[in-house]
Amino acid sequence: METQDPFLKRLVRGNQKTFGIIGLLLLIFVVTGLVERSYWSPANLMNMLRYIGLYGIIAIGVSFVIITGGIDLSIGALIGLTGVLFPMLLIEIMPDAPVLVAFAIILALSLVVGLVHGLLITKLRLQPFLVTLCGLFIYRGIARSVANDSTKGFGNDFTALRETLVKGELFGMIPMPFVIVLLIGVIAAVLLNMTTFGRYLLALGRNEQAARFSGIHTDRMKIYAYMICSCLAGFGGIMFVLDTNGATPSKFGNFYELWAISGAVLGGCSLRGGEGSIAGVICGAALVQVTTTAVFFLGVSDTHKFTVIGAFILIGVTVDELLNRYAARRRALV
Amino acid sequence: MHALNDVSASFYQGEVVAVMGENGAGKSTLMKCLAGVHVPNEGSIYFDGKPVSIPNVNRATELGVAFIHQELNLADNLSVGANIFLGREPTKGGFIDRATIRSRTNRLIEQLGMQFTADTRVSDLSIGHQQMVEIAKALSQEARLLIMDEPTSSLTRHETDVLFELVRDLRAKGLCVVFISHRLAEVQEIADRVIVLRDGKNSGELPKERIDHDNMVALMVGRDLAFPEKKVTTLGKVLLDVQDLRVAHAPDERVSFQLRAGEVVAMAGLVGAGRTELARAIFGIDRIFGGTLKVDGTPVTIRDPRDAIAAGIAYVPEDRKQHGAIVEMTIRDNVVMAGLDRYQRLGFVQQDQHETVAVEAKEKLRIKAPTVAKEVGLLSGGNQQKVVLAKWISLGPKVFLLDEPTRGIDIGSKSEIYEVIEEMAEEGAAILYISSELEEVLRVADRILVMHEGQLAGELTGEEMTEERVMQLATGMDDSIS
Repeated sequence: METQDPFLKRLVRGNQKTFGIIGLLLLIFVVTGLVERSYWSPANLMNMLRYIGLYGIIAIGVSFVIITGGIDLSIGALIGLTGVLFPMLLIEIMPDAPVLVAFAIILALSLVVGLVHGLLITKLRLQPFLVTLCGLFIYRGIARSVANDSTKGFGNDFTALRETLVKGELFGMIPMPFVIVLLIGVIAAVLLNMTTFGRYLLALGRNEQAARFSGIHTDRMKIYAYMICSCLAGFGGIMFVLDTNGATPSKFGNFYELWAISGAVLGGCSLRGGEGSIAGVICGAALVQVTTTAVFFLGVSDTHKFTVIGAFILIGVTVDELLNRYAARRRALV
Repeated sequence: MHALNDVSASFYQGEVVAVMGENGAGKSTLMKCLAGVHVPNEGSIYFDGKPVSIPNVNRATELGVAFIHQELNLADNLSVGANIFLGREPTKGGFIDRATIRSRTNRLIEQLGMQFTADTRVSDLSIGHQQMVEIAKALSQEARLLIMDEPTSSLTRHETDVLFELVRDLRAKGLCVVFISHRLAEVQEIADRVIVLRDGKNSGELPKERIDHDNMVALMVGRDLAFPEKKVTTLGKVLLDVQDLRVAHAPDERVSFQLRAGEVVAMAGLVGAGRTELARAIFGIDRIFGGTLKVDGTPVTIRDPRDAIAAGIAYVPEDRKQHGAIVEMTIRDNVVMAGLDRYQRLGFVQQDQHETVAVEAKEKLRIKAPTVAKEVGLLSGGNQQKVVLAKWISLGPKVFLLDEPTRGIDIGSKSEIYEVIEEMAEEGAAILYISSELEEVLRVADRILVMHEGQLAGELTGEEMTEERVMQLATGMDDSIS
């Protein structure tokens, strides 16, 4: 008979990485707070939760693509495009249409972008890095031309919408983006861990050939992954522009794909594919936010900010890799 | 846990020694100790009568020990010469001295009687020739003890002959060649002495005159269990009917054959004869150019593996680790991989059902693992292959296409896999058994189809099923056709 390990043991075993990240998260949070008390102020806590939410959304998106063994570099540019298009739709192009229509248009556009990425990658066998790198240039270029290089925002309109989705808090304490990322996270986790689609993604990320030989439509699954990624990036674009109330087409969303990828990788996604948990990704996105904020609060000047963050992430992934190797050796001996 | 426990062996110059044993018997570990890959916890190694320690590969190379791994270690984007001198390039004024590399390499190649040159890219060579490059590399390091781990596992018969010829040459020059093999016939052909390990211990040695199938098997497993008695087969209806099938490999050839319920039909032929390509096409991996397929009397259109599975066809691919199993995943996840659509409700996977199916399959196929949560990559080759078989058996397909299902698997697991295949046939499945090992083909098959250059060269039944007839057809030297 098979014996089942106790629930707790199984929980820990499947999620060592996530627990590691949470530990690191707490460490930075506590140490920074001890050095600089205002880091723990309610205002800063809410601020951090808000940005964990915003960046978490796009990190979850890219993790689907990373799990297939791919990458999406166009996220930031797509955020730039949707970030200028959304206010343009509401204010200039169709001021009388309901907000939901603008939402639908942006999301549909993003899905098409993901579909095109997926088709190019699977049917023409182009490399994901190249396809999405070209996407990065193209969407940035389109954003600048549709907006005629001018900043787009809502001015004093749509304050209710901005309040509901981004600026407001649930029960007066949990920022809406964080609530939204938790909702999306639950859906994504269910999709990844409890449905056949999720299982197919994990399998093809590990070994695409073996998955195909098992009758899995690997191409179709990969296309879905790119669509999910772009869709969440497009939604992220809406959220970010609602937050800032101003999207400059030449730089809005710049580098955001790198924050998303950092979050996903810190959260346990392997760039080799086949590995990743949504809870981990949200924690990874949180780690990135907590760290960047800590760097600010610890008084590191803006000049050195990126150096410190980069070095920190590098140390994080190195330790993670070493721990994994150790765990793999232990497992092989059992 | 010890892979080796108090093993002693000596190797003399000018001899060919085969080291045999089931998977996990410790053959590779022993060889790795000699090659400096592993350092033994206890015991001593004497080389040329002097005690030596071999802490790393460099030291082994210095002593003159070369190890050719089963998976070749060549940078196939580089030239033959670059590979042979990789890491110890002769230099001139700080730059790589290409002229010296070229001349020394070409001299080695000439010694080996090969046709390629120092500038040939390794990726342009066949596996057999790539192996020759490894041997040339060993010779360039003035190896005196040459260890080869399953050198023939991916060679054609002809390439094997060339390799053996070379091994005999090296022996005549005073080298000691040690090789690990599962193929009894080849060991019989080439070895002067056989050392057999079992469970990490010496099981025995056979001098040249005592090397035969029964003695080797007896030492390896302690009992004779190589092949089950062939049962009398009762033939049922035609389950797979292939008519005029044309595949990408040889689009001008038309292949037709039928498989009946309850029979095991072996498909023999040389490597490259198009057997794998045929199976892949039937399973929907490669495009079908023309022809018709019927499964159980119903015409089917197969565009991808999913269609084939739906029609009731299963395929166990040749390359277990690349195509058969996802070795990083658990036994359970692998067993249910092809059946996820069945074990689901509204798109949600049914974990409990997975567990039940996997546990059942594990017991039925006697997969040796503590639980079904064990990673497949941590199992022995034989057990990995059982997992791949289990994946299909749990779906109950009508037709099995098995492509070299026992390649690289130890004798004990082989016989268990034969039993499983027998059982599937008895339960009414039709089985196409592709194999390059004649001995195996003759024992498992009710009927033999022989392929030659993309076409069916002939079909052998009953008394005609002999090694000679298969080879005649496989090499295209049969007068009755052509």
